[in-house]
Amino acid sequence: MRTCLVVDDSAVVRKIARRILEEMDFQIVEAEDGEQALQACKNAIPEAILLDWNMPNMDGYEFLGNLRRLPGGDTPKVVFCTTENDIDHISRALAAGANEYIMKPFDKEIISAKFQEVGLVTSPEAV
Amino acid sequence: MNPPDYEYLRRLLKDQSGLDLSVDKQYLIESRLLPLARKSGLSDISALVQKLKTGAPSFVTQVIEAMTTNETFFFRDKIPFDHFRESIMPELLRARAARKSIRIWCAAGSTGQEPYSIAMCLREMGAALAGWRTEIVATDLSQEVLEKSKAGIYSQFEVQRGLPIQMLVKNFKQVGELWQINADVRAMVQHRQLNLLHDFSQLGVFDVIFCRNVLIYFDQDTKTNIFGRLAKAIEPDGFLVLGAAETVVGLTDVFKPFPERRGLYRPDARSASARTSVPGAGMPKIAAMAGL
Repeated sequence: MRTCLVVDDSAVVRKIARRILEEMDFQIVEAEDGEQALQACKNAIPEAILLDWNMPNMDGYEFLGNLRRLPGGDTPKVVFCTTENDIDHISRALAAGANEYIMKPFDKEIISAKFQEVGLVTSPEAV
Repeated sequence: MNPPDYEYLRRLLKDQSGLDLSVDKQYLIESRLLPLARKSGLSDISALVQKLKTGAPSFVTQVIEAMTTNETFFFRDKIPFDHFRESIMPELLRARAARKSIRIWCAAGSTGQEPYSIAMCLREMGAALAGWRTEIVATDLSQEVLEKSKAGIYSQFEVQRGLPIQMLVKNFKQVGELWQINADVRAMVQHRQLNLLHDFSQLGVFDVIFCRNVLIYFDQDTKTNIFGRLAKAIEPDGFLVLGAAETVVGLTDVFKPFPERRGLYRPDARSASARTSVPGAGMPKIAAMAGL
């Protein structure tokens, strides 16, 4: 089973994301901030990372830079999931190596669409 | 809802829009028309039916618009757009190299996500289309959704369903909490109000017709009729794109499936001569639609 690391300082957001992603057949690892997330990636590189921007200790942007420098750190598909909804933040995230970007609030359809977009799940229409 | 009211609405929708509701779709009518009834100061569906019977054409239009499914999102189903990029456009670039023009029709353009998705695909092709004239015509039954399409303004939820983030950044600007597609992309799409049950020969002939997720609401005879007229509106080497739940098989021989490309069809050369006189391909006998 593929693993998705859910990084968010809100326990509620992590819980909602876990429920949605488990329905999509991902095994979930949770982290409360960038530091915890980086440690988790040093232990095992996940296939996918759902990443908040604003977090204590290490924010999502800094985590992403550190992740991409790890051995194998270029392989996870990183989907930002944040309330930073302006075009400057989105552009910064893409330049830093994010694969997709979800603007909160989100729902299952949006997560599913974005994960399809980066090839993490197959479209139900695919033959 | 009492059975006579339901039957009246079924008949009206069938005659005026081609919408073919089965006998068990009362819930659909209630969910779509109760909000309209209340907005119009009517207590329930019976009162709405009474108002329809007085023959107010603009109210008939509102009822039809409320019943027309407009659910759509950018790059809906993804695969048709893969076909567009990988099969349709490469072939048209070769076949139209002399005239350097391509006409595309979105026959159920709805609120604009499909025609703008096509426009964005064309923009992505950049230099390959330099010097070409590309035309996208978006039609829909509903003037209300066409107005939304023309404005090109979408909520955060709408732009997140199917639209890759890079395309959002490239092709949209933020307007407060909303997102508006850039003027240069909007300018690539022409909008026209059109009922597929009516004559559409005035639109001319197209290289590609997207007619997705609309024929499912029509009965078999109406579908066959529309296919016959679509065949006259498409170049002999053009492409017809249908929705995932739609097919020509068993309904018409004027189109044939494109091998290994689900949802993609081409005019059948063998029936090309027959297309000029497809039995039943004339206009369906329907009541005149005042206001539509």
